[in-house]
Amino acid sequence: MNDTQTPTIGLFITCMVDLMRPSVGFAALRLLDRAGAKVVVPEKQTCCGQPAFNSGDVKNAQIIAKQVIEAFEGFDHVVAPSGSCTGMISKHYPDLFKEEPEWQARAEKLSARTFELTAYLADHLKLDKSLATFDHTVTYHDSCASRRELGVVDQPRKLLSAVDGLVLKELADTETCCGFGGLFSVKFPDVSQAITKTKTDLVIDTKADVLVGADLGCLVNQAGQLKKSGSKVRIFHIAEVLAGMATGPGIEGEGQ
Amino acid sequence: MKHFTQDHPLCHDFLKGAKKALDDDRLQAQLARSLKDGFQKKRLKGMSRLPEYQDLRDRAKAIKTHTLKNLDKYLEQFEAQVIKAGGQVHWARDDVEATKIIIDICKSVDAKTVTKGKSMISEEIGLNVQLRKNGIEPIETDLGEYIIQLRDEPPSHIIAPAFHLSKEQVAETFHEHHLNQPPDRDLSEPTSLVHEARIELREKFLQADVGITGANVLIAETGTALIVTNEGNGDLTQCLPPVHIAVTSIEKVVPTLEDADTILRLLGRTATGQEMTVYTTFFTGAKRNQDLDGPQQFHMVLLDNRRSELLGGPLHDVLGCIRCGACINHCPIYAKVSGHAYGWVYPGPIGSILTPHLVGVDEAHLLPNACTMCGRCEEVCPVRIPLPTLLRTWRNRAYDAGHPGGVQRLGLNIWAWFAKRPSLYRLLLRPAVLALRLMGKMRPFNLPAPQGSTFMDRYKGGER
Repeated sequence: MNDTQTPTIGLFITCMVDLMRPSVGFAALRLLDRAGAKVVVPEKQTCCGQPAFNSGDVKNAQIIAKQVIEAFEGFDHVVAPSGSCTGMISKHYPDLFKEEPEWQARAEKLSARTFELTAYLADHLKLDKSLATFDHTVTYHDSCASRRELGVVDQPRKLLSAVDGLVLKELADTETCCGFGGLFSVKFPDVSQAITKTKTDLVIDTKADVLVGADLGCLVNQAGQLKKSGSKVRIFHIAEVLAGMATGPGIEGEGQ
Repeated sequence: MKHFTQDHPLCHDFLKGAKKALDDDRLQAQLARSLKDGFQKKRLKGMSRLPEYQDLRDRAKAIKTHTLKNLDKYLEQFEAQVIKAGGQVHWARDDVEATKIIIDICKSVDAKTVTKGKSMISEEIGLNVQLRKNGIEPIETDLGEYIIQLRDEPPSHIIAPAFHLSKEQVAETFHEHHLNQPPDRDLSEPTSLVHEARIELREKFLQADVGITGANVLIAETGTALIVTNEGNGDLTQCLPPVHIAVTSIEKVVPTLEDADTILRLLGRTATGQEMTVYTTFFTGAKRNQDLDGPQQFHMVLLDNRRSELLGGPLHDVLGCIRCGACINHCPIYAKVSGHAYGWVYPGPIGSILTPHLVGVDEAHLLPNACTMCGRCEEVCPVRIPLPTLLRTWRNRAYDAGHPGGVQRLGLNIWAWFAKRPSLYRLLLRPAVLALRLMGKMRPFNLPAPQGSTFMDRYKGGER
C-alpha cells in the first residue's frame, strides 16, 4: 500500500473497452488523472469472467477470478468503467469461493475496494465540477447491474448535470433491461432484439440527440438496434462525455 | 406433467415457443398493453398506499423462513385441525397420487361434472385430462380459466390465465362456443363478455357434483384454507356442491391467522395493486349442523411433488413463493415471449426455477438461461426470494449436465482458454479486432465495429 494521501488505483479496463472502444479507457484514465489519482492499468487482466460465470461454468469463472484478484491485489482501489464488471467482482467473486476460504477472504478484500467509475468519481473523488463542455441533449441508460446490483443511480446523473451545455432528458421505463444480458443476446438473439427494440424506441421518444451509458455492453447492443431503426442518435460512454472526449464518431458510427 | 407434454406440442421447446410468440402481432400488442400499464403500474399504486410495505416484506419472509424450518410440525397441526373440523386430509407424493385421490373421491359420489376454481396445482398435476379420462367433466369457473378451457389452451400466467388474449379474441371464442346465444349479439365490451360467461356458468354451478379449488394459504392453528378471487366463483365452487376438494402444495401452510393476514396484505397489492381481492374465502372443514350452507364432505389434498426435496438445499428459498406473479409481470423476457413459450405450467422467473426441478434439467435447461440476469424479479418479489441466485444455481447444474453442448460449449471453452492466458489473449485480440471491423462494414449485422487497436496495445505503446 502506498504511504501518501493519494490512493493508487488499478483500472480494470474491461474486455469490451479493450476490444471495442479503447477511447473509453483513455477517458477514464484522464478523469482519474485529473482528479489527482495515481492510476495504473495492470497488464495481467483479460476479462472479469462473466461469460463463464453466467453460463454456469464455475470452474473457469473461478480461475479467471483468481487471475483478477492477483492482478489487482496491490492497489488501494480498483475502478472499472462498467457496472456489470464491477458487480461481478464486488458482488459475485466472494460467492465463487465458498469452498476455498483463503480465496474467499482475498475476494472479499478486493470486493470491498472495487468501484464503478461514476460512483468512484462522485463519491470518492468528489468530482462535482465540469471537466468538459457538451452542447447536446442527452438521455442516460441505467444498466441493470449499476442500478440494481450496485445501487448507482444518482452519481452518473450528478456528473452529467455538471457538464457545461449538457441537457439531461430522462428515459422512460429506465428500470427495464435493454435485452443485452451478455451471452443471452447470442443464445436468444430474437428475444434479445425484441427487448432492445422496445428500449431503443423509448430512447428515440426522448428526442435526445445522444445516448449515454456507463456499460459498453448495453450501448453496443442498443447501437445496432438504433441503426436498424434508422435513428440518428449518437452513442457515447459516460467517461467519454465527462472527459471531453466525445468528439469523434460515437459507438454507433465506428467502422462505417 | 407428462399429460401436459402430450397435449401441448409447444412443451419444453423454448426457442420454438419464443419464436412463435415474437411472430404473433396480436400477442405482442396484448403484452405491450397489459404489463407495463397494467400489472406494473397497479403494483406501484398498491405499494404507494402502504408506507410499511418494506417492513411487511420482511415479516412475510420471516414467516416463510420460520414455517419452512418447521414444516412438518405445522403440516401435522394443520391436518389435525382439519380432521377436528370434520374434514379429511389426503397426502399425495406426486401428480399420479394426487389425481388418483381426487378421482376416487369423485367416483365415490358418482360425480358426472365438477366445477373448478382456479388452481395452478391442478394444472401441475394435469387434473383435467385425468378427470376426462375417467368420464368426469371438469368445468373451469374462473373467467380466464373458462376462456382457455374453451380454447383448449394452457394458462399463460399464474394469476391471469388468459393474459395472452385480447378482448376481441375472447369475443371470437365465445361466438364460436356459445352456440345457444344469438349470433349477432354485441360482445365488444368486457362487461358483456363477463355477463355471458356468468349466464353460461350459472347452471353448471348448480349442477356440479363436486367442487374443486386450490388454496392460497393454509392456516395451521385453525385448519383453515383460504382462496382469493375477484369473481366469487371460488365461493360458488366451494360451497354449492355436496363435496368440496381443495388441492394445494405443502409449502402454502403458515402457523397463524395473523400470518395469513400478512401474506394477504402483500399478495393482492403485489399481484394486482388491490388492497384485498374482491373475495377472500376462508373454509374450515365440512358443513356443521348450525351452518346454513357448505359442503357435506370436505377433502384437503396436500401435494408434495418433490418440494420436500428442496428443503434446506440451494433452492430452498423458492418454497417461500406466494404465487403473486410479480416476477413474471416485471420480467423483460416474459414481456416478449409470454407464458406458453416456457412450455410448462409456471412461466417467467419463478417457472424457470420450478420447472427444471419438476421436469428435469435436461428438458428445461434453456429456461434458467433465458434470462438477462437483470435482477428486476428479485427487486419486486414480496417475500424477497433471490430469484437470480436460484436461476444461477440451475445454470451451474445445467452446465455440469452438459448444457449448453456443441458449438456454444466449444466457443465458450476456447474463449476461456485464452482468457486464462493474458499474453496469448492479447495476441488473439488483434485478429478479432480486424474480423469485427470487417463484419461491422457488412449489412445486415448492424454491429458497431471496434475503434482499431486494442486499449492494451495503445496503452503499452505509451498512450495516455
